[in-house]
Amino acid sequence: MNEFAIKTESLGRVYKLRGVKKGEATERVALDAVTLDVPRGEFFGLLGPNGAGKTTLIKILVTLLAPTSGRAFVAGHDVAREPQKVRPRINMVSGGESSGYGLLTVRENLWMFGQFYGLDNKTAWRRADELLEIVGLKDRANTKSSDLSTGLRQKMNIARGFMTDPDVIFLDEPTLGLDVGASRDIRSFVRNWVAAKTDRTVLLTTHYMAEADDLCDRVAIINAGKVLACDSPAVLKKHLQREAIFHLDVSPLRNGMLGVFNNLPGVRQATHTALDGKSELELILAEDRILSDVMNTLTTHGAQILNLQKREPTLEDVFVDLVGLSMAEAEKAEG
Amino acid sequence: MTTHPMTPITRDLSWRMFFRTIVARSYPRIIGQSRERTWIFFETFLPFLATVGYIYVYRAINAPEDYIGFVVVGGAMTAFWLNVMWLMASQLYWEKENGNLALFIMSPASLMAILFGMALGGMLATTLRAGVIIVLGSLLFGIKFVVVDFLQLFTVFVVTMAALYGLGMLLSSLFLLWGREAWQISLTLQEPIYFVSGFYFPVKSFGFVTAAVSSLIPLTLGMDAMRQLVFASGKALGFISVTHEIAVLIVLAFVFILAAKFWVNYMIRLAVKEGTLTDRRR
Repeated sequence: MNEFAIKTESLGRVYKLRGVKKGEATERVALDAVTLDVPRGEFFGLLGPNGAGKTTLIKILVTLLAPTSGRAFVAGHDVAREPQKVRPRINMVSGGESSGYGLLTVRENLWMFGQFYGLDNKTAWRRADELLEIVGLKDRANTKSSDLSTGLRQKMNIARGFMTDPDVIFLDEPTLGLDVGASRDIRSFVRNWVAAKTDRTVLLTTHYMAEADDLCDRVAIINAGKVLACDSPAVLKKHLQREAIFHLDVSPLRNGMLGVFNNLPGVRQATHTALDGKSELELILAEDRILSDVMNTLTTHGAQILNLQKREPTLEDVFVDLVGLSMAEAEKAEG
Repeated sequence: MTTHPMTPITRDLSWRMFFRTIVARSYPRIIGQSRERTWIFFETFLPFLATVGYIYVYRAINAPEDYIGFVVVGGAMTAFWLNVMWLMASQLYWEKENGNLALFIMSPASLMAILFGMALGGMLATTLRAGVIIVLGSLLFGIKFVVVDFLQLFTVFVVTMAALYGLGMLLSSLFLLWGREAWQISLTLQEPIYFVSGFYFPVKSFGFVTAAVSSLIPLTLGMDAMRQLVFASGKALGFISVTHEIAVLIVLAFVFILAAKFWVNYMIRLAVKEGTLTDRRR
């Protein structure tokens, strides 16, 4: 197999928009010249807000969507020209997936999907049992999948993805909408799988920064179809360590206040989230002493400081630093 | 969660996978018989009720007794038609809605094998329903079957099913492309098709041209041939000879299955090009 599990070269995807009014854009760029190399055995994360292009990229890589420009290779094969060579080597699990048949038991669903990948009967049943034990669904093996809760159903989906022992697995927001316990279980399973199978590759898309930070060897930060940065979480965060990051809870701010902060000398980025009865400010400052200017500005505008915290940079801060918006704001801007 | 050594896999991507896919995809339909029993009412009792209505009409007008048998055979075959029109034809559309279609396309399995699996599952499940209608009808109305040639009868049944479910596979691909519009069309055509295909009377009554046109629906010739083979007066009321009907049904089966293959391939190309068919949000 090729040294790279995944390789993209200036990959682009443009959607034609239907039913648009005269004068409106007729196309939407979902991916713009994305170039990535993911070596075999890497746990790679794609991080970005909803609408950033993560799912579009995954769909191209799993042969469900053709690129409009550039090329993509998975397991050494061109996804557009040789999809039949790529498909046996990959699998995908998406968050909120409702695949399979509700009338079938969990075990039967896994067996069925195993058959679509050429597994013989005996191996398919055996692997289904083994995976159900690993993901903690052994006692639900004979439960109809329609009777499972969302969390248990997603564990079944995860088991489905790993039934075929793929060389490359694509996890598209696998913990979306799950409670803390179920998310932790799924992360733990995937982490252990990668540790046990060092030649297997995982591509994870998520908009949960902590998830990417926790699991990934490297992450690519993507927004509006473009890859803005790609490195290990530690290196990405290190760029911000020269700067001071503060979290402030203040009394509700007036509209336009954010602009005032962003114009203060030494304020690299300021983002604001309005909550019930207060405002949250995230500030990236060139150095600690700029905080006094921020405090003075707040006081001048009659804002009351409720809480102040200096903290270590996170991937969210890296995103804010690169995009100038928080993930939530970027999603709103996209929407 | 921890991992431990698991059974290693070998992927057999040869023709065996094609057949494994067929069996695996037919499994939900077959096993569903025992897990979801509402079909007993909706797919056996309701078609049987319609059949009984015609039987009483024929009895009231003193129609030949074989006509009662004709109606029961028609009622049994209605179960297959309903299965093809309402389950088989819309199946890929629902597979898309619940996310299975994307998993089918990105797997190494052939989508034709998936369609064959849907057809096989639907056919086996419906054979049970049709059998219930035949047995109930025969017992309740004392129908006398005079089977002329069992082998020919079996052949007619097999080629009728091949042509009928070939049509179902074709419709499934078309429904996926046209969505709810196709649903409306099939709803509109349901009663006219019952009428022209001779579900409740010999299709010969229409005259040659109309009967020939309605023979494009595989059940028309299938039912006509079966009636010729199981009732004493069947041959006299038959449209064309059973041998010719078998030949036409074989041609129809090939045409529908090849057309289904063409549309499935077209559909996959379109899905991959436009990214619309595997995403229910688009």
